[in-house]
Amino acid sequence: AFFWLVSLLLSSLIWFIAVKASDPRDEPLQRGLLIFGVMFSVLLQEVFRFLYYKLLRKAIEGLVALSEDGCSPISIQQMAYVAGVGFGLMSGAFSMINLLADALGPGTVGIHGDSQLYFLTSAFMTMVLIFLHTFWGIIFFHGCEHRRWWEIAAVVIMHLAVSGSTFCNPLYVGSLVPSYLLMAIAAIWAYLLSGGSAQNVRRFLLCKS
Amino acid sequence: MITFMNNSDSEEEPCNERTSLMSAESPPVPSYQDGLPASEAAEVQAHRKRRTGSNRSPNNIADGDMSDLGVPVRESALENEEEELTLKYGAKHVIMLFVPVTLCMIVVVATIKSVRFYTEKNGQLIYTPFSEDTPSVGQRLLNSVLNTIIMISVIVVMTVFLVLLYKYRCYKFIHGWLILSSLMLLFLFTYIYLGEVLKTYNVAMDYPTLFLIIWNFGAVGMICIHWKGPLQLQQAYLIMISALMALVFIKYLPEWSAWVILGAISIYDLMAVLCPKGPLRMLVETAQERNEPIFPALIYSSAMIWTVGMAKPDTAARGPSYQTWDAAEDGREDHRSPSHADSRMLETRNPVPTGPHTTFEEEERGVKLGLGDFIFYSVLVGKAAATASGDWNTTLACFVAILIGLCLTLLLLAVFKKALPALPISITFGLVFYFSTDNIVRPFMDTLASHQLYI
Repeated sequence: AFFWLVSLLLSSLIWFIAVKASDPRDEPLQRGLLIFGVMFSVLLQEVFRFLYYKLLRKAIEGLVALSEDGCSPISIQQMAYVAGVGFGLMSGAFSMINLLADALGPGTVGIHGDSQLYFLTSAFMTMVLIFLHTFWGIIFFHGCEHRRWWEIAAVVIMHLAVSGSTFCNPLYVGSLVPSYLLMAIAAIWAYLLSGGSAQNVRRFLLCKS
Repeated sequence: MITFMNNSDSEEEPCNERTSLMSAESPPVPSYQDGLPASEAAEVQAHRKRRTGSNRSPNNIADGDMSDLGVPVRESALENEEEELTLKYGAKHVIMLFVPVTLCMIVVVATIKSVRFYTEKNGQLIYTPFSEDTPSVGQRLLNSVLNTIIMISVIVVMTVFLVLLYKYRCYKFIHGWLILSSLMLLFLFTYIYLGEVLKTYNVAMDYPTLFLIIWNFGAVGMICIHWKGPLQLQQAYLIMISALMALVFIKYLPEWSAWVILGAISIYDLMAVLCPKGPLRMLVETAQERNEPIFPALIYSSAMIWTVGMAKPDTAARGPSYQTWDAAEDGREDHRSPSHADSRMLETRNPVPTGPHTTFEEEERGVKLGLGDFIFYSVLVGKAAATASGDWNTTLACFVAILIGLCLTLLLLAVFKKALPALPISITFGLVFYFSTDNIVRPFMDTLASHQLYI
């Protein structure tokens, strides 16, 4: 969570500087700057995810060195999951919490001609992002562990794609549907990487031991 | 207090008068677990002391003892265990501290957001006499710096006073002082707080019921804190006291002064703990010379059992190397805040009997954090909640920053195994994140939210 926060801080700093240095009345430029800000922020988040991976790697090595039987009390997969959840929660909290606070008060959604589904879609979008961050954490760490760069690249591209799809808002079908599809793909991928398989699922569903 | 006198419309004068009266006699609220250490703790607590003591590997103590008793063979084998346990218990202790700090912050933020009383400006403490309603920015800055200087010097004076009292063994004086202070905190502040909450939610309550509630709350609190009580009840009371104290600070410190004071207190903390002539260090050394356990009072303790025989000999053997404390903030009494900002984290060593057949009671280890830490963390988060226009994002960012600072401090404590202050890292992170989130991240997030973009 902290790392996500720092990445957010740095990316907003860049955006802020860019905005202040540019002409506020130029609409397309502002929009362009915003897009640039978003993309840069996504990239920075992934960089920080990588840095966090490095930090956790060192921690695990320390724990292994100190432990009696040569294995650390917490595995890298668990750490990947936790890291993903942390990123996701922080990102979700930052996206939603002001909305929630405003939702408590009086008001009408979309009274000025905006979409009336604003709150609903924001909620769904946030949820999908939190899940995605969790899965991306697992896939990313797995890729770093086993030196599979294409996995890391896939995570980055997926993140960029999801963020990019939100540019279609308020045409929600353009952003929500791809995001959920990507989430399903990421979920299956992460599950397989964590050692799951179709047989496990079947056994779980049929309640076999 | 001001509001006590005229239900929330207060003039400056009665406020000052009351505060000056109260400041003279507001002892800190101790939280001791047994009598003897309590008196020392009381003395030490008399001025706001913050100590961060953390002994991360309680096993060390036991190991040390055993070594002392001539079992040197096991030393090297035990060392690895110690380190591993250090890390394991370190993580557990971090969690044990996260929960109360989080709870305190939640209480403060919830109150700030709902009860408008604590964000209204109704006068200032006498410790911050310069007003911030000045037309120019430079003047305002100057006033806040002057306020800070006054506050910090008050703290230093009170700390030195406390050290002197402790040196000359005026235990009774401090004891009485502490009791008076905790009385005031538990009854008066709670009364005001309850009054304001009831007003906010427009709930009618008659005086007899109010009297009953406050009497019970206060009496049980006094017993729990000063004498014996269930551990969780005591923890709950300490958290509530810290929250009340923090709310008072948030209300009565003007904005810029509050931030500058937070920064200055961190620096003071750093210096008072690490410099050889720092008052806190001297206090600790005196306590160690006398083989007295340090500051059980005014500390939030998550430890389980404190037996009276807890280890004077243990403390003597282990004392110097295992205590890490934070510089004290003095003069809690000085501010009409009887509670203390003791930011101390001491790890309690479980009462290990000194004998070759020592049993390691590992589960009884706990961590102690001085109440001063709670208070200043909550002040930072509360101020962020009160004054930030970015509202919840800023509050959340400060919260995460403080917790990470706490983690780092505990980590450093484990690595260095010597006195380290608890406030600086967390407060620095908190301040950095507050200002940066409020000014830089907020416009970015607002723009994103208005276009419904997600990053």
